Amino acid sequence: MKYAVFLGCTIPSRQINYEQSSRAVAKSLGIELVDVGFGCCGFPIEPIDQVKAISMAAMNLKKGEEARLDVVALCPACGEMLMKAADILGKDETTVKNVNNLLSKHVGSEYRGENPRVIHFARMLYEDFGTDKIKNLVKHPLTGLKIATHPGCHYVRPSSLNEGFDDPEFPHSLDELVEATGAESVDYINKNYCCGGSILAVREGVAKAMARKKLEVLTEVGVDALVLICPFCGIMYDRYQKLMNTELERKFNIPILYYPQLLGIALGIDPEELGFDVNSISVSGLLEKVGV
Amino acid sequence: MKLSGAVVDISKVDTRFLRKLARELGSSNLSKCFQCGVCVASCPVRWIEAEFNPRRIMKLAKLGLKDLVLQNDFIWLCSMCFMCQERCPQDVRPPEVMTVLRNIAAEEGIAPPNLMKLVDMLSENGRVYPIDDFIEDERADKGLPEVVAKPDFIMKIAEAGK
Repeated sequence: MKYAVFLGCTIPSRQINYEQSSRAVAKSLGIELVDVGFGCCGFPIEPIDQVKAISMAAMNLKKGEEARLDVVALCPACGEMLMKAADILGKDETTVKNVNNLLSKHVGSEYRGENPRVIHFARMLYEDFGTDKIKNLVKHPLTGLKIATHPGCHYVRPSSLNEGFDDPEFPHSLDELVEATGAESVDYINKNYCCGGSILAVREGVAKAMARKKLEVLTEVGVDALVLICPFCGIMYDRYQKLMNTELERKFNIPILYYPQLLGIALGIDPEELGFDVNSISVSGLLEKVGV
Repeated sequence: MKLSGAVVDISKVDTRFLRKLARELGSSNLSKCFQCGVCVASCPVRWIEAEFNPRRIMKLAKLGLKDLVLQNDFIWLCSMCFMCQERCPQDVRPPEVMTVLRNIAAEEGIAPPNLMKLVDMLSENGRVYPIDDFIEDERADKGLPEVVAKPDFIMKIAEAGK
């Protein structure tokens, strides 16, 4: 199995624990991740200028197609942006015209229908690799761990871009991936709610309150960790949990793990290779509990 | 005027704004909105911030009341979670309408400065978060491969027309 890996902007600079653990897990499972020189997906400036955003995505789609590989995105927003751009460019002639005007004038290139398969890293593990194979490769079952999953928004929505994959309102693939490690996936009330990360730059207070709501529920439920697959969600629940602990009377202590970090422990990968030093909320208690 | 309450002054209809919304793919189903409020009921931002009301934004936009739609930061509060899009019985696609409205606001120079800065970041670095020496060292320490620090095609696209 071989894929072109799409890292985006946030992961390789600010959440390298996600990248490090994903690469370690892929290597352990025999999945080759190739870097083909992708740039920003366009998502961050979509609110400002959609034509520019789609132009960026279009150039990345071309790179994926040139490499003749399926594209695996670690960031669900990047993945969604690439899929959305391919969808819009496939059906809206006005957008194709605007994008190609921009690309031919400023980049010396043109979009000609390049449309490689784009999927999220977790979907690749779930659909292409398979949870049965993961179960067979687990060396260190995480039996006894109570895990809450946070599937996030762009992993499964909009469903129009993810036809045939999971459920847009009640996704379960991440839970099955967690259970493949031997851990228990615990249900809770606001599981499918947004972390608030995308409005951090607009109203920080609202974004933080959104993240806090989930941390409050999870504290009541009592879990060993929250497992997620998006760098913005990671920043909101991990970094901002630590920040909120300095601002609020109520202290939270919920370790936040990227799914490849959890899977990495179960596969018997050295924790040193899973980037736990980057996590803001300490995971030492959890590592102790599972005996690594 | 506050963006709450039921009464609006429809003498302020902006027909150019309405024509623009009708032309854009993202807002092509806006006219189908029948104000059921499923978007509000599905909204995780509304759960926290009662001022945020996507149904009302759809209504004001559909009526062509551009000034009322753009007069505060409400259009920027949608977190793009797409839950309302999944549930909307009329396929209005409120998050896509928000993107059209945001692009119109940005063209008029009234986007939040923090978001405008992202375009500058991309034209300077090709990345929203630059890969500086510190990060390059950290990546090397962890055995992570080098990444293109400044993807030039992104810089060129971000810079276009500036």
